[in-house]
Formats: sequence, C-alpha cells, structure tokens
Amino acid sequence: MSILVNKDTKVITQGITGATGLFHAKGCAEYGTQMVGGVTPGKGGTEIEGFPVYDTVEEAVKATGANASVIYVAPPFAADAIMEAVDAELDLVICITEGIPVLDMVKVQRYMEGKKTRLIGPNCPGVITPGECKIGIMPGYIHAPGKVGIVSRSGTLTYEAVHQLTTNGIGQSTAVGIGGDPVNGTNFIDVLKMFNEDPDTEAVIMIGEIGGTAEEEAAEWVKANMKKPVVGFIGGQTAPPGKRMGHAGAIISGGKGTAAEKIKTMESCGIRVAKSPAEMGQTLISVLEEKGLLEICKTVK
Amino acid sequence: MNIHEYQGKEILRQYGVAVSNGKVAFTADEAVEAAKTLDSKVYVVKAQIHAGGRGKAGGVKIAKSLDEVRTYANELLGKVLVTHQTGPEGKEVKRLLVEEGCDIKKEYYVGVVIDRKTGRVTLMASEEGGTEIEEVAEKTPEKIFKEVVDPAVGLQVFQARRLALNINIPKELVNKAVKFMMGLYQVFIDKDCSIAEINPLVVTGGGDVMALDAKLNFDSNALFRHKDVVALRDLDEEDPKEIQASKFDLNYVALDGNIGCMVNGAGLAMATMDIIKFHGGEPANFLDVGGGATAERVTEAFKLILSDKNVKGVFINIFGGIMKCDVIASGVVEAAKQVQLNIPLVVRLEGTNVDLGKKILRESGLNIVAAESMADGADKIVSLVK
Repeated sequence: MSILVNKDTKVITQGITGATGLFHAKGCAEYGTQMVGGVTPGKGGTEIEGFPVYDTVEEAVKATGANASVIYVAPPFAADAIMEAVDAELDLVICITEGIPVLDMVKVQRYMEGKKTRLIGPNCPGVITPGECKIGIMPGYIHAPGKVGIVSRSGTLTYEAVHQLTTNGIGQSTAVGIGGDPVNGTNFIDVLKMFNEDPDTEAVIMIGEIGGTAEEEAAEWVKANMKKPVVGFIGGQTAPPGKRMGHAGAIISGGKGTAAEKIKTMESCGIRVAKSPAEMGQTLISVLEEKGLLEICKTVK
Repeated sequence: MNIHEYQGKEILRQYGVAVSNGKVAFTADEAVEAAKTLDSKVYVVKAQIHAGGRGKAGGVKIAKSLDEVRTYANELLGKVLVTHQTGPEGKEVKRLLVEEGCDIKKEYYVGVVIDRKTGRVTLMASEEGGTEIEEVAEKTPEKIFKEVVDPAVGLQVFQARRLALNINIPKELVNKAVKFMMGLYQVFIDKDCSIAEINPLVVTGGGDVMALDAKLNFDSNALFRHKDVVALRDLDEEDPKEIQASKFDLNYVALDGNIGCMVNGAGLAMATMDIIKFHGGEPANFLDVGGGATAERVTEAFKLILSDKNVKGVFINIFGGIMKCDVIASGVVEAAKQVQLNIPLVVRLEGTNVDLGKKILRESGLNIVAAESMADGADKIVSLVK
C-alpha cells in the first residue's frame, strides 16, 4: 500500500516532445512506471521514442486509459495544461513546471473546485512510491520500499532526507513533493491525512521552509488528528526577511513565516524537529525507537 | 520586482485611482521645476528608494516655498537613508518625488495581497492608517477587515462598499473609496502584482479619497507578460551581484557572512546556509544553481561568489539526482581553474556516479577538500575559514 500512486497508475506526459518532458518520461518508464503516452498540441498521431503522442489530454486518456498526468509545459502555458487535465477527469495531475504566475494558479484553484482531480505542485519534484511508481524528476535509485512517508516543499532537500533514511535501512512508503509555490494544489494537511489513513505508513517526515503558515496549520492538524509519529525540518533558519529564497513561496514577509515560529509551533504540537538538515534521518530513527517502530520500519536489507 | 512610489502612482493614475499630483526629479533644479508646475502652496519632497519607513528616517520633507524645495532636494539627494527595511547600510537617494501638499483629515490602510491559505486575492483595510499594518494586526486585529475575492467574478462593488463602511470612511465619501478600491484591485490583477499596498490612504479636507503612498510589488514569474513593468526596474536599487546572478538564471541572495555556498535546489541551498550556521560559521550567500547545472553555470556561480570580498572559503553542496556527480565535478574543476581559486574549497557530492565525481576532484591537482556528508562539509569549511 501507499498513497497517490502505485504499480497500477497509468501516466501520460504533457509536454512530452520537449527535452525535459521526454528525458523524464524515459526515466520514469525505466523505473517501471506505466508511462503510456504523451500530449503535445499539434503533434498528435506521431510517436516519440516509443511513446504515442496526442493533441489533447482527452484523446490521450481515451486511447491509453491513463488516470494520471505529469506536466512539464513551459510556465506561460502550464496553467492551461493543468486545467485541460482536470477537464479530462484524471485522478491525479502532477505539475513539475517552475515559474507559473501566482494569479494563474489562483484561477486554476478556482477552476478545480468541485472537480475530482487532485493536483500536486506546481514547482515540485513529483511523487514516488518506491519500487512501484515514480512520477517526476527525483532520482529513483536513492529510494527504497518501506513504511515512512515523506512530504516536502523542497526537491533536493527531500532527496537528502530519503538518502539519510535509505542508508540507515529505512524504506519509504511514498514521497510527495508539494512544491515551493505560494498557491499550490495539495498542502501538507492533505498529504498527512492520506498517510494517516495508509495502513503501510508508520511514520512521516514533514519538510517545510520559510514563508506562509502551512507548517503551523499542519502542526495543529497533527496534534488533533495524527495517529502516527511525525518529525520535521524547516529550511531557512538563517534566511533574511523580505528576500525570496529561490522558491516563490520562500519569503519572510511582515515578520511572518519565519523558521523559528514554525519550529516552535511544530514542537508544541508534538512534532520533533531536526536541528540540522543532516539530522533528519537520525531524528526520525530516535522517534521510531521510542515508539517501538524501528524494527518494522527497517525494510532495507 | 519592486518599483518606486512615483512609478506606482503613475500606474494607479492610469486606472482612475486618485493620487496626489506630483513629478519625479533627479536633481535639485528638476525638483524646483517640478514644484513650479504644481498647483499648491505647500510641497512634499519625498525620497524614492525601494524601502518603507522613509518618513521616520527623515526622507519626507514638507516645503513651504520653492526655495525650501531646493534646500530639501539638495539635502536628500545623495543622502543615505537607513530605515527598518534597508538594513544598517541604508540606501542612497537618487530620485525624488515632488508632490502637492495635501490637507489630510484622516489616514487609513488598504492593501491587496494573495492569501496563501485560501489561494485567493484578498483586500485588507483598516482605519489605523499610517502605521505598519503588521503592528495593527498584532495589537488590534479586530481593526483589520478583509474581503476575499472570487477569481471567477473579481472584486464586487458590494465588497468594496462593505470594506469602506467597516473602516468608517465618511458616508458621503464611500463611493469615492469604492472607486478607489475597485481600481486598485484591477491594477493588482492586470499587472500581476504580488502586493499593492496603500498606506496611508487619506481622506482630505477637500473631500477626496486618495493614495498618499503606494507600494506595488510584482510577481517575477509573470514579468514575461508585462514589458511595461520590466521597463520600470531600477538597477540602482538592487545588489550588483544579484543583478549579475539574474543574467545567468542563478538564484542568488547576498548575505553578511564569509562562507560562500553553491548548492543545487532552493530547499537544500537554504538548509546549507542553516547547517553552516549550526556548525558555527556564517553563510555569505544563498545560491541555487538549479537542477540542470552545467559547467558554464557552475563557473558563473563561482565568479559571483568570489566577487564578494568577504568570502574566505567556499562550500559546494550538491545532491546530484538527475545531474551526474562526475559532470558536476568536472564543472567545478574547470571553474576553479578559470577563476584561479586561492581560498579553501570544500565539496560535498552525493548521488549518481558519486565515486567517479570524487575521483575527478581528487585527481584534479587542485586544493579541494572532499566532504563525506553535509555535516562533515559544513564542519570542514567552518574550521578552514577560522
């Protein structure tokens, strides 16, 4: 078991004829994901490296039976691509594209109200259920199947956490990158809820960063609802206020969204927060040990 | 992206949002000429820098004659203003806004932002104008009123009216306030703002509702569709190193420390700054070379880090996922040769082809210290610069 994606997930790539889209479509197919085709308007009916290409998402879904899509479309056109995928009633849409205007995402969120699709991202590395399905740009080989869920606003920092876990014998159930943008499809709480209900997830690592109050809200939710241990890390403890730190959402504005504030709230809600990014894995291990969950989580031989 | 107050007011004017009459001036002569064209006996001479808190820092002067306009213009131009938003080094004043004086009866606040929680554009207003809105939010949160906008239909008149009534705009001026807010919202949407803040919004003795100050920030992700906004960029207001970085698509933010960092990925880059601090050092910058770092970008990133004279050592922390470590290692070696590196360099590589990458670094003949992990790397660079 896992959340969001598994071995049965069938994926189409929007923007498959672009260099990035094609590169990662191949990478995901090699990992074992069912990459069933792609969409590039105007190139329907052709084939690229064995992937059939369609003009529209609707057509691609009809022909391939896909239930998920991954988007690499350039920022000016990415919001449209997301809405097209939502209109085609896919279960899951993962948008990797970085640099989408925020007001475009405001419209997308409004458009998605009442629709069945879940959006992950934008500006995220994607979702992986190790050993079953990888959708996105993360390096597959650092992951290992297991019982720890990961949810994160950052890509490379997630890889760092995964690496620390795998090298310590701890596999992952699913790793979800929710992305670094201020307005996105799925937030921490959405993912924590899924992990809470997933019988194969025993514990969760939540990786946040400066900007906004999503971590605080998630921490309050954890305190009230979470049945499984959660540990955390917050990036940007040394970031100056008023400066955008790479991610569009990573900015301390008006004194709000500081790492110190987030860490304080998380700890008061029972989430143990790693002091240093090098200690994410160890922090989780110490909590697993205390809860008697370490053995069951040691899935990497 | 930020712009100056006078530029913001020019945009507001185009949308029918009331602002005081005024003109920009780069010299004292221009300031006097600007004042002559204004229909007023009192002038306001305002320093134009990209930071708030100018009034408190002495950057806003009231002149009662053209002579006084000249005196104040001379005083302000070239002056370094230190406000709570500039940092201790302050910002040099190079432009002035000369405006008609205004008979203020009461000051209010109105701002448009994107609320991350709801994912909606939100108008905020308060009758506590002129002070920092964060302060109002802290001390008297009941005095801040909000209207959340449905993007399908935009801001509705009844919402603007409710806001105006809530903040106690005089009844006879509510319609003017509504027109003001509708215009401000439209600017926010049409120009892809990230913040449009009017503090203070004033009601005048003459019965006008107008913006005394204007702060417009723009979503840098949307600048591709706003050439007019890009044209307003003032490079004097930005850190030269950050300008250089933006030319090469590098995410760079200058900091005060002495350890330069080069990292792939924004989250890891922030975490690298944190771990340097955790090990007792001070990061000199935030630098994300991106997921697809090429040798050329690594070289440019290197040059950028070394152009900061405070830098006494460099820490490269790369988690090569899609990027292979051997490619990155070759890029680092090439760049280090090109820039003739003569300060300590610690490199931590992890990910695809890591052994090959480490071998390349080892055999380069350069003085590169290899780190086994992020913590090891931070520890090594901190002790090397001490």
